[in-house]
Amino acid sequence: MSDSTSDHGRRRLLIGASSLLGAAAVGAVATPFVMSMLPSARAKAAGAPVEVDVSKVEAGMMLTSEWRGQPVWVVNRTPEMIEQLGKNASRLRDPQSENTDQQPEYCKNTSRSRAEHPNLLVVVGICTHLGCSPQDRMKAGNAAGMGDDWPGGFFCPCHGSKFDMAARVFQGVPAPYNMRIPPHMYLPSGRLLVGADENTKGA
Amino acid sequence: MSTLTKVVGWVDDRFPLTSTWKAHISEYYAPKNFNFWYYFGSLAMLVLVLQLVTGIFLTMNYKPDARFAFASVEYIMRDVNFGWLIRYMHSTGASMFFVVVYLHMCRGLMYGSYRKPRELVWIVGMAIYLCLMGEAFMGYLLPWGQMSYWGAQVIISLFDAISPPLALWIRGDYVVSDATLNRFFAFHVIALPLVLVGLVLVHIIALHEVGSNNPDGIDIKKNKDSKTGIPLDGIPFHPYYTVKDLVGVSVFLAIFSAVVFFAPEMGGYFLEANNFIPADPMKTPPHIAPVWYFTPFYAILRAIPQKQMGVVAMGAAVAIFLALPWLDRGIVRSIRYRGGLYKTFFGIFIVSFLILGYMGTQDPNLWYVNPVSRVCAFLYFMFFLAMPIYTKLDKTRQVPDRVTA
Repeated sequence: MSDSTSDHGRRRLLIGASSLLGAAAVGAVATPFVMSMLPSARAKAAGAPVEVDVSKVEAGMMLTSEWRGQPVWVVNRTPEMIEQLGKNASRLRDPQSENTDQQPEYCKNTSRSRAEHPNLLVVVGICTHLGCSPQDRMKAGNAAGMGDDWPGGFFCPCHGSKFDMAARVFQGVPAPYNMRIPPHMYLPSGRLLVGADENTKGA
Repeated sequence: MSTLTKVVGWVDDRFPLTSTWKAHISEYYAPKNFNFWYYFGSLAMLVLVLQLVTGIFLTMNYKPDARFAFASVEYIMRDVNFGWLIRYMHSTGASMFFVVVYLHMCRGLMYGSYRKPRELVWIVGMAIYLCLMGEAFMGYLLPWGQMSYWGAQVIISLFDAISPPLALWIRGDYVVSDATLNRFFAFHVIALPLVLVGLVLVHIIALHEVGSNNPDGIDIKKNKDSKTGIPLDGIPFHPYYTVKDLVGVSVFLAIFSAVVFFAPEMGGYFLEANNFIPADPMKTPPHIAPVWYFTPFYAILRAIPQKQMGVVAMGAAVAIFLALPWLDRGIVRSIRYRGGLYKTFFGIFIVSFLILGYMGTQDPNLWYVNPVSRVCAFLYFMFFLAMPIYTKLDKTRQVPDRVTA
């Protein structure tokens, strides 16, 4: 085809228009593939609340249960541990639990627990840094190998983040937030329900 | 005419067989002064083939299912005929892949192989390295041991630090689970190997377009035989370098076999003790560290006491290699003709990289781990960030016209 007979403007328009449509088609076809990698209906359904019997957790002990594939700790704190919580504020990143994503409204207090059982801490046992599960270092002082000024709490072995006995994060560690308190409530039977509370529909 | 010549002639009329062989093998002229450091490109190809072959045979008995994965690996190790050998070749191959690739990259740094006109060879090489990291990371989840599980949890959390929906999309679940294992299997055995093989081809085609660099950093195409047009300092890749590389292959395979047969776990550096315990989503092992080839970057991540900044620094530590062709303002390519300034920065860089690698394997609660990592991370980045300045100030020596013996 010689230059004199071809219409360059028209050719460019046609190339542009078909490329645009082609790109849109590629995007449309990619959508189901990308979406197929999101959690399936089965994975979404697996997040039902779980009931935990907390009556046998003695003071100073902790129990690990599972909710949504993650460890949930129930810690029965001694009066000394509760008393110590009030003295930690100056060393914590978020002592007042201002970050509302990390706990339900009813746990926005010093002990980060429900009013019915202020001694019981219910927390998702996952470090807010990179998702490891911290270890308990509940004994205060150097007994836990954490130094003489250690007030008791939890230590993440992966990157050294530290949390107090209300799972509040210390300053100067990689974890950015306090550990997450899941929605929970105490059933009339005295058992603990993790994953739902009064505000949850159908609970 | 012999039958073979006839057959080759028949193929040549339909497919560029002889011309491709000539262009890339028998008449590809490489500089005659290649040294020890030039073994690692061909060795990387060898390991790639080893990984592909052993990998195919492992998939014949491995089950990508969270309920069966751990047991199927034990089945391979105990019951499948020579399963232990195939698996140890694959796991040792993974580490050896990084050994040869790191040495190959170090060669590129020393002799300025990333400089103009080889920027694309370097960038494609970095893409191969990234692909290899992905391949190694996903492959490590498959045995479904404790380190598999918690290693994946930590690395996916890096994406969580940037965008939680992205991390959810990668996992396909709210935690690392069967869905994650199954898709990592798909990526590890099909998607990434295809990309890897394609990138290797592009890497070689790009290299053969511009020609190989050499320890002197001299452009051999400047001195060509006036009659034949062949570089005076060039020798055909075959038979000269094919034979040289065979020597390298023999030595490499001797070392490789020694590891496979006598120390497949390499004292916990190639296969970690915690990975012989099935994955437990409820309990992180007391000390977790990635496999040795990721530890320098892991140390940088841990050294920074802020989550997002740590992730950014870790990503930057890898990505900054891409900028190398434009950061280097020196007039010579090879370290042989650079001055003391460059050599000092380069030496400090290599040492900090090694120290970071060691720190990444250590418990972060030891008092010296994070402070030392911080200093080394700073020095690591200074090699790149100060490069436009020190390469310009550096007193270089006169580069000879022809390559030296």
